[in-house]
Amino acid sequence: MVLRPVRVEASADPIDVDDANYEVSAKGRSLWADAAGRFFRHAPSVVSLVVLILVALFAFTGHFFAAWSNEEIDWSVLGNVRIAGVPSLESGHYFGTDDLGRDLFSRVVQGSQISLMVGFVGAGIAVVVGTFYGAVAGYFGGRIDSTMMRIVDILLSIPYMFVLILLLVVFGRSITMLYVGIGLLSWLDMSRIVRGQTLSLKEKEFVEAARAGGAGHFTIIFRHIVPNLMGIVVVYATLLVPQMILTESFISFLGLGVQEPLTSWGALISQGAGTVMYGTLWQLLFPLFFFVVTLFSFYFIGDGLRDALDPRDR
Amino acid sequence: MLKYILKRLGVAIPTLLLLIIFSFVLMRLAPGGPFNSERPLPPQVLANIEAKFGLDQPWHLQLWEYMVGIITRFDFGPSFAYTDRTVNDIIAQGFPVTLTYGTWSFVLAVLFGCSLGVAAAVRHNSWLDYFSVGTSIGAQVLPNFVMAPILVIVFTLWLRWLPGGGWNGGQWNYVIMPVIALGTSYMASIARITRSSMLEVLNSNFIRTARAKGMPAHHVILRHALKPALMPLLSYLGPAFVGMVTGSVIIDVYFSTGGIGQLFTNSAFNRDYSVIMGITILLGTLTIMFNLIVDILYAWIDPRIRY
Repeated sequence: MVLRPVRVEASADPIDVDDANYEVSAKGRSLWADAAGRFFRHAPSVVSLVVLILVALFAFTGHFFAAWSNEEIDWSVLGNVRIAGVPSLESGHYFGTDDLGRDLFSRVVQGSQISLMVGFVGAGIAVVVGTFYGAVAGYFGGRIDSTMMRIVDILLSIPYMFVLILLLVVFGRSITMLYVGIGLLSWLDMSRIVRGQTLSLKEKEFVEAARAGGAGHFTIIFRHIVPNLMGIVVVYATLLVPQMILTESFISFLGLGVQEPLTSWGALISQGAGTVMYGTLWQLLFPLFFFVVTLFSFYFIGDGLRDALDPRDR
Repeated sequence: MLKYILKRLGVAIPTLLLLIIFSFVLMRLAPGGPFNSERPLPPQVLANIEAKFGLDQPWHLQLWEYMVGIITRFDFGPSFAYTDRTVNDIIAQGFPVTLTYGTWSFVLAVLFGCSLGVAAAVRHNSWLDYFSVGTSIGAQVLPNFVMAPILVIVFTLWLRWLPGGGWNGGQWNYVIMPVIALGTSYMASIARITRSSMLEVLNSNFIRTARAKGMPAHHVILRHALKPALMPLLSYLGPAFVGMVTGSVIIDVYFSTGGIGQLFTNSAFNRDYSVIMGITILLGTLTIMFNLIVDILYAWIDPRIRY
């Protein structure tokens, strides 16, 4: 609901209302401005947002600060990683080196880039496909709805991690295939949520008014229903990003996802976890730190957005 | 009720068939056959091998054979990588291991999760409550592939209490860490769900009535509050089960327990299509069956659900 200034005709009004003043006093506050106000008053979400921006800055500008590239092998460290490869400012390996003598700092920068990209691309596909699919199913209802949702039900009850791995095995382990596989599966929950909202939205008066005004079905969906779904879609998309990052990390932890020389948080955690026995703890802790901090931030931001945007919980 | 069960079966059975067909078609779509190695085989030999595995037949006949084999004889066919073993042999070798620690994690997660959730709700805003809320937030960002290395650092590397991997016929000290690593995040989720639904129930009118008539507190909680509070949990058990089945892959790989997940990833690296398909279909069937049972149980316990 948007409050709009009401223009009062001065001549028609017996009391002489100052037109300009009236508009100022009834300045509209949009739903989004309202939500933003609520969001920024919620301290944990603001802190999380700042942390997330810092992680993103680290991921996309970190390579300017690295003393070593992510592919160079520091031969002086090789074979003696446990002692020579420890994190230090002098050697330029701020986060130490990995098992092969590569600089862990630039590896973590590279891994953060890929993990964040996977998260955003997956959530992006979910938003576009899921919103469209759910809105169409909910809007048309009847047999179209039940067929479309039955398909979603069936796809949802397949254990998707195994299917994703099957896809990766059959079509080769590559980052493109990982994007495709995650994109194929990420939109299912989104479409369910969107459909549920659409079912109640399409009974509202403004949809009826649009229909009475002669708007076509797809105009109604895109101009009237989808904009009203944005709140819940944004909340859910924020919670989807960490899920996508988790999925990617899971698969990369098994060595089936991102392939060398590329890397991701999951792959780095896997390598770090594999060498824990040799006392090179930093190889696990640095990627783990970024992974955990990012997931935490996303969950808190999601919570804050839900409080800000979802009118049901207020 | 019967109508509802039939309706649920109407989703479950097509899903299963779809899963089988999907995996089969994927396998046939794979660029290069399973026997195309770096060293090309003489065409005669390749033809013989393909005849042995029935790959020379038209693909719809192969699919039919495969489905009939699974449904009537529970037979997933021969392995492509280990010619002397069938997929059934390979699965039979790993499945008991996964089942052992999977069952333990599931049971312990439900038991501890429920108790923690109920205790947190009963002692609302106490340190116990904060502890349960804190762990459930923490566990969300500590999935099993993060828990597993952390446990190894603490219990193997620092305290030297537990072995860092292996199975050793299921000896207790080899089982502990897989169980904890697999179950913790689900325990936390279960605790969170139980806590919030218990809080809601404890604020409802019938609990106030029970208290007002002087019923002892433990009686109110065990007799009246527990059953409705555990209802929402039942619908979470399906996803939790799926998550644990999936998580067992990580556990198997990290702790080298030799369970079904390790076989799955090994076959994924060997491109042993028949084993991957077999395991996918088996675990898919398990999850679909489990979800079916949970749904039916839910409808049976809660008479308000009408279809």
